[in-house]
Amino acid sequence: MRMKGRAFKYGDNVDTDVIIPARYLNTSDPAELAAHCMEDIDADFVKNVRAGDVIVGGENFGCGSSREHAPIAIKTSGVSCVVAKSFARIFYRNSINIGLPILECPEAADAIKTGDEVEVDTASGKIVNLNTGLSFQARPFPEFMQRLIAAGGLIAYARERVKGRTGPTCDGSPRCCK
Amino acid sequence: MGQTITQKILAAHCGRERVEPGDLITAKLDLVLGNDITAPIAIREFEQIGVDCVFDKDKIALVPDHSTPAKDIKSAQQVKTMRDFARKYGIANFFEIGRVGIEHALIPDQGLVLPGDAVIGADSHTCTYGALGAFSTGVGSTDMAAAMALGECWFRVPESIKFVYYGKLGRWVGGKDLILYTIGKIGVDGALYCAMEFAGEAIENLSMADRFTMCNMAIEAGGKNGIMHVDETTLAYVKPRAKRDFKIYASDPDADYKDTIEIDCSKIEPQISFPHLVENSRPLSEVGEIRIDQSVIGSCTNGRIEDLRVAAQVLTGRKVHPDVRLILLPATQEIYMQALREGLLEIFVEAGAAVSTPTCGPCLGGHMGCLAEGERAVATTNRNFVGRMGHPKSEVYLAGPAVAAASAVLGRIGGPDDLDGRKPGGDRR
Repeated sequence: MRMKGRAFKYGDNVDTDVIIPARYLNTSDPAELAAHCMEDIDADFVKNVRAGDVIVGGENFGCGSSREHAPIAIKTSGVSCVVAKSFARIFYRNSINIGLPILECPEAADAIKTGDEVEVDTASGKIVNLNTGLSFQARPFPEFMQRLIAAGGLIAYARERVKGRTGPTCDGSPRCCK
Repeated sequence: MGQTITQKILAAHCGRERVEPGDLITAKLDLVLGNDITAPIAIREFEQIGVDCVFDKDKIALVPDHSTPAKDIKSAQQVKTMRDFARKYGIANFFEIGRVGIEHALIPDQGLVLPGDAVIGADSHTCTYGALGAFSTGVGSTDMAAAMALGECWFRVPESIKFVYYGKLGRWVGGKDLILYTIGKIGVDGALYCAMEFAGEAIENLSMADRFTMCNMAIEAGGKNGIMHVDETTLAYVKPRAKRDFKIYASDPDADYKDTIEIDCSKIEPQISFPHLVENSRPLSEVGEIRIDQSVIGSCTNGRIEDLRVAAQVLTGRKVHPDVRLILLPATQEIYMQALREGLLEIFVEAGAAVSTPTCGPCLGGHMGCLAEGERAVATTNRNFVGRMGHPKSEVYLAGPAVAAASAVLGRIGGPDDLDGRKPGGDRR
């Protein structure tokens, strides 16, 4: 999918605590979480972000806790894609699982500046800085992850997995719930 | 070419003889864990999969430990979601307030994770259980949801980095200091996507508590899992707790490592990790004068009975500095009771400290000890990110329990040796 928006650029090691501070984790409502997205690193982010915008990070983006609230907040805030030099592993898998497009591309992360207009093709991994005309190619996802993304995330994938089972999935054994 | 312990456990759980780093596999799981922050989202996602039961009701654990005892109405709702789900699906391992503890202290203490297991938890510090010779890693809520339905999870088999610790540990130096030193050396992404295999004579001499502390913080170096080999110490801990069989795996002598890092423990001082990254660790002698407002001793990293004993040793006959709040959080009810029986809680209260019921509370700036603007804490917790313990303009310095206890008495960051020659009774200025 092709998306276009302005870049919000941050440094290395953007952690999940600044993406969504723990004081807001008493809810899992996406809209409430989005209202505090990036609050402790960029208090004006929520005011400024528009649908389609892109977050650009340095190394180890999304490090820290496993809170899926972080990619949920980013996705629900309207951000279309996160481009970074590298991603922390739990944030990486959470993003793929919930369908937040992420692209690993050190060259783009270096060259793009806050406010630049950026066009991203999440399927091909092509990133274009419309201000400078420079284009970049993100690292492709392994085939298994492409299948997950194509299925619409992990839940849709799991739904496919259990579809073949006929009738109730509960087999009445002691390990089962009933 | 041989395999590492991490490769062997993953291979066994996906029905293969061997797996290679980089392989994408789907592994069967022995335990799926969630807490009151991550499980509610997982439950919502689970309900969309279209199954009418969980994969195995005895292999799921739900631990409401973060915002508990419920700090507000919303938090109470989150725990209620877990409780209702546990009842609906017959999940026995839901732990109610009064029986609950911080998940990564509680789960191994209950014998729910054993050597050779493959475990995921919707909490980043799930890597703690590698101390038992298990493969254990943190994931998000959606992974937890799919795992509760399918009993499996996808993994990229990690490369392993071997850390070999040798030499005798100095006085007041423990597992926390070794891991803070290690992360200071390799950086917060120094083990990104990798297994951190901790080995060497110094590890063999560590207690289980110190081993859990080290594996707990593998994630702070970007690691997928921390892992250690099973020995007499492990078995002495596991055998009285295990209610099922388990299998012991070990790395082959010719296993392939991405890197091997040797660390001379005899040269390591107590470590302090400065804001706002765990890799900013420095030896105590280079800290300088840093006054503190609060000291926190607890968390999944350092809330075990051994940690409380160290704190009590330092605090016996002494008073907390008048400008400091000292908060101690035994990690589980069992540890709380043990501390009570040993007289540790009396020492803490006599010293002027607050003793809390088990909770993650202050570690993530949730409740039970948040910091105000401009305040500074020393803490035995695991993260010192911006705003981690409260206000975005507060600061957290990470340390082991000896330094946290001594600092509470001194009113500044310091070690127990700084108290020597000082009359019990604290620094009254």
